[in-house]
Amino acid sequence: MSTQATSHAPAHAGAHDDHHEELGFLRKYIFSTDHKIIGIQYGITSLLFLFFGFGLMMMMRWSIAHPGTPIPLVGHLLEKMLGDTAAKGVMSPDLYNAFGAMHGTIMVFLGIVPLAFAAFGNYVVPLQIGAPDMAFPRINMASYQVYVIGGVVMLVSFFIPGGAAQAGWTSYSPLATAIASNGQTYWLIGMIFLITSSLLGAVNFLATIIQLRAPGMTWMRLPFFVWAQFVTGFLLLLAFPPLEAAGIMQLMDKVAHTSFFLPTGLAVSSLGHISGGGSPLLWQHLFWFLAHPEVYVLILPAMGIVTEILANNARKPIWGYKSLVYSILVLGFMSFIVWAHHMYLTGMGSRISTFFQTTTMIISIPSVIILTCLFLSLWGGSMRFNTPMLFVLAFLPMFGIGGLTGLPLGFNFSDLHLHDTYYVIAHFHYIVAPGTIFALFAGIYYWFPKATGRFMSEFWGKVHFVCSLVFMNAIFQPMFAQGMAGMLRRMGDGGINYAASTTGLANGLSDANIHMNQWVSIAAWCLGLSQIPFIINFFWSINHGKPVTNDNPWDATTLEWQTPTPPPHGNFTKALVVYRGPYEYSVPGAKKDFTPQNEP
Amino acid sequence: MDIPFTVEPRKDTGLFNAKVGIWLFLASEVMLFGALFSTYILLRVGAAPGDWPHGLLNIPLGMLNTIVLIVSSITVVMAWASLKMNNFARFRKFQAVTLMCSIAFLCIKSYEYHDKFTHYEVQLNDGKVLDGHMTESDAEKFEIHGHYVDKAEAAKVTHAWQEREVKEDHYTVKRSDVKYMESYGPWHNTYTAIYFTLTGLHALHVIGGALVIFMLWGPLAGMWKTDPERYTNRIEISGLFWHFVDLVWIFLFPVLYLL
Amino acid sequence: MSQNDHSHGSPAAASGGHDDHDIRAHIRGYMIVFAALIIGTFMTVWVSYIHFESVAVTVAIALLIASVKGFLVAAYFMHLISEKKMIYSIMAATVFFFIGLMGLTVWSMNAGSIIHIK
Repeated sequence: MSTQATSHAPAHAGAHDDHHEELGFLRKYIFSTDHKIIGIQYGITSLLFLFFGFGLMMMMRWSIAHPGTPIPLVGHLLEKMLGDTAAKGVMSPDLYNAFGAMHGTIMVFLGIVPLAFAAFGNYVVPLQIGAPDMAFPRINMASYQVYVIGGVVMLVSFFIPGGAAQAGWTSYSPLATAIASNGQTYWLIGMIFLITSSLLGAVNFLATIIQLRAPGMTWMRLPFFVWAQFVTGFLLLLAFPPLEAAGIMQLMDKVAHTSFFLPTGLAVSSLGHISGGGSPLLWQHLFWFLAHPEVYVLILPAMGIVTEILANNARKPIWGYKSLVYSILVLGFMSFIVWAHHMYLTGMGSRISTFFQTTTMIISIPSVIILTCLFLSLWGGSMRFNTPMLFVLAFLPMFGIGGLTGLPLGFNFSDLHLHDTYYVIAHFHYIVAPGTIFALFAGIYYWFPKATGRFMSEFWGKVHFVCSLVFMNAIFQPMFAQGMAGMLRRMGDGGINYAASTTGLANGLSDANIHMNQWVSIAAWCLGLSQIPFIINFFWSINHGKPVTNDNPWDATTLEWQTPTPPPHGNFTKALVVYRGPYEYSVPGAKKDFTPQNEP
Repeated sequence: MDIPFTVEPRKDTGLFNAKVGIWLFLASEVMLFGALFSTYILLRVGAAPGDWPHGLLNIPLGMLNTIVLIVSSITVVMAWASLKMNNFARFRKFQAVTLMCSIAFLCIKSYEYHDKFTHYEVQLNDGKVLDGHMTESDAEKFEIHGHYVDKAEAAKVTHAWQEREVKEDHYTVKRSDVKYMESYGPWHNTYTAIYFTLTGLHALHVIGGALVIFMLWGPLAGMWKTDPERYTNRIEISGLFWHFVDLVWIFLFPVLYLL
Repeated sequence: MSQNDHSHGSPAAASGGHDDHDIRAHIRGYMIVFAALIIGTFMTVWVSYIHFESVAVTVAIALLIASVKGFLVAAYFMHLISEKKMIYSIMAATVFFFIGLMGLTVWSMNAGSIIHIK
């Protein structure tokens, strides 16, 4: 099939009775069952939540760097909206804890997962497998709506008396239950909605990939992005329910005064009379049973996006496609049996810690294989250094740093020193921020032309890239050192009270350690400013970006580029048969340096 | 393009879309109830001796509910089989029985819950503890049909099958003599907590499943005329969910009532 | 596909599965399973009144009977025994992770009394 801007004549309109009428604005854009619209809905909503979560962090960084002083620019606004907890524009410790807990929750559950899995997945997966839509379009719409409801519940919780949840995104009992206000209750209700949305989405993705692949699209011809979404779907499907169960139980603890996670002998006035007999450790097990696979949910779609863009801009097939596929399957499987490496300090005992340490070490192997295949794919490539490719190239070493710094955390003995320090924050942010988010930025720049028919500005894209890369490293690199030197997590005053301690084992923190906070905060605010060109670029380019000259502006092989721009309802205007694998770039003897999958 | 394989199965998987979808969903439900069963094990093993109650639930009623669900399971599969044999009237009759069974189950469960909420532990100012059902009450006093609790005796009961000779009698209690009292709701101890959570979540699934079966049986039955294969498939899917609900109860009953 | 074709079609014929004769054979199977489930229910209750010395044996017997009943429902009422490989694989993976969740959590929180893991 030629890649010129041919007129893709629509098939007989009469055969599709239900699409005969032109849908009104509401049905077409708000209550749509079309996977592309739903993908964009998820995309815009999740980006908004990402920026909101980022905003929370920017305020927290002021409190860390300059504790006890009013927050400039927004301090008086905070006081107006939230009252005493932000008296005189100063972030109180309670408010810091609330912002911290919600920053994590919003970034993970309302930001990254909906963007990486639901937004990109919804838009791209049906196109890449040659399907007309998702298997269950109405369930798809429902999953988005339930996500929005969950998000609203989370946002509303900031404004109730006592404020939002304050016990970390990890919500450990008994603290989460014992805090007297209702923020935790809202968090739990919000999570139940979000988990439901994820489950509906996961069922849809898995059924779609299993059932709706076009003729000739065998499993081993799938683009790696689809494999990544497939494994991610299984992680969400099987790992979320135990957290839902735990959430129900913690909700019962808060509202029905049960003692699922409250041990005997606990005397806290806010709890009143409780029966006791529960176990705080049980919450941790059920939480981390989800939360560990959850971090793979955060990275897998990103790896998929990186693979697509890397092959396309190196003009080479991906090295080790089979290794990638088997690695990602093993990774998904193993991710279910490593969770207690988050619990080394709970006194589980050496035998159990050894088990989880072993599985944790094993799981690093497929990760390394995947990264190695991607690095090797660059060798001998004919590189194009456009904006998507720059983000992808940066992803590789950034994810490498994030992954490697996880090793001391995976070992029980070294984790004893590093657990709950800033080292952990640095480790996981390296993976998610210059890791996953860079991949997501790459995906936006890459697929933007397919959705809108226009390119985003290359110049501002490169500005966005360079600034983000520099400032992300400026924020998180020092945190490794801070953490190793003893700075603990979740200290709203940046550690100055801890630093003042000279007794016992605490030993205080050095002045240099504390002073570093100020530089890290400045880097964080600069990172925030660096996103402005991206936001403007995104919206401006929708109508004013450079138009594409054909339906396949990147000269790509995968099926999403074999549709009109933007793809119509039903996606493909002619019946599709797949003849080739996904990365037939620079095939010796071929006319062009790429051959689309559906070309015989 | 229409979405393929909504009715006819795909060649290589041999399945139509909704069947893949429902089994995936049931997989997630296995994990959901699995987490709650794991919780049950941990709470029970971790309970101090004498703290885990036995004999709180009415076994004949539980057994009756088990049989009710098993009957509904056979009627739901027979309903589908009737459609396969093109017998819509038979389908309606079988499915009506399924729905009646679901209502019976919920009624029996409601009665059991009510029984728990009227069962009180009353701690008196003089240190004695009275345990039983409240039979009458007014502003100043209430009547308990039960017995005084002897902690030492209670600690000796470790298994459901141990019989205890407990004499129940009517006792009148003045509200001013009461130090603290609570009913046997979820807050009472970890056993009632997991009991109410497990059976409550299960009951929600019964309600959900019954609603879907009702909608297909009643308001949405018109699809039988316009697209009988798709309709039959929907009945099969709803039946699969219903069987799962029955399956969960098959494990819930011995675990909560008998062990 | 036009919607008019199916008003006379038998769903049994078109869905590429059971035909009339097969269904009748299946119905006999359903009835046998139904009887087995009812008997199993009575057995569970009857056995629970027998006093075994060991708690482990009591639990094992109760769970064994429940598992047999559960297997019958899944295999015959839910047709799992004749289901396609895709469904099997999904459920097998799920069962594995379910056992992992239960087993590893209980092992990690070993209260020491009833469950002894060597």
